[in-house]
Amino acid sequence: MAEPSQNSDQRDGFKRELTAVIPHLRAFARGLCGRPDMADDLVQETLLKAWAAQDRFEPGTSMRAWTFVILRNAYLTDMRRNRFRGEYDESLAERILTAPAGQEQPIHLADLQRALQSLPAERREALLLVGAGGFSYEEAATICGCAVGTIKSRVGRARAALSAMLEDGTLPQRSPRDTAAHRAILEELDQVAARHEEAAGS
Amino acid sequence: MAADRQNSGKSAAPGDRGSQKVAPAKPDWADGLRALYDSVVHEPLPDSFMDLLDKLDDPPASDPR
Repeated sequence: MAEPSQNSDQRDGFKRELTAVIPHLRAFARGLCGRPDMADDLVQETLLKAWAAQDRFEPGTSMRAWTFVILRNAYLTDMRRNRFRGEYDESLAERILTAPAGQEQPIHLADLQRALQSLPAERREALLLVGAGGFSYEEAATICGCAVGTIKSRVGRARAALSAMLEDGTLPQRSPRDTAAHRAILEELDQVAARHEEAAGS
Repeated sequence: MAADRQNSGKSAAPGDRGSQKVAPAKPDWADGLRALYDSVVHEPLPDSFMDLLDKLDDPPASDPR
């Protein structure tokens, strides 16, 4: 008897929770792919997929973690398909740069963003989840579908790489073409593609 | 002479401002990472996202009236 209204209650609840995590999805996506327009496309895609899969969401669990898994998978798929590079919107980065107030020694967020983009995708996402998103190592491991130790090691390597770039000034060039970031990503994609071809060919 | 002892090495003021290492495990940029994330979280949400959800939520023409 109460079934239909229960369903619509659940649906409303799902929509509410999903709406609440959109800003976080945008932040995670922006960190992953660097470009705001691509990031928002990714979020739209995530919302579509999450909506279609809403029966699989267990109420009471973390909507943020659940949707981050979807976003991450969509990102990896798009990356393989489009070879979409760690391109980087300079004007936006400058704008972000002015945003945080009250820092004596301003951290150049534009540089940070650029350094982030030069990391291999798996380290970047691990660092974003733990260092920016505030997830525990355990939660991040669940989101990425890997062992906790793997996440710890990725975060550690990512931190070391960022420290080296930001503190020793070995940041990749600003030029959108032929940056270290771009190369690293393409190389990584080639490896992924090669592994897939191997798997498919055998 | 003594007056010539000017601060020629301006940048090298040692231990000048709060350089007590309270949390050595945290690099300088760690807060920046968070700030980067939070700056996006606090951006106003473009309408397109709510439009999309509203569209998805709208029962497809099967609304008995």
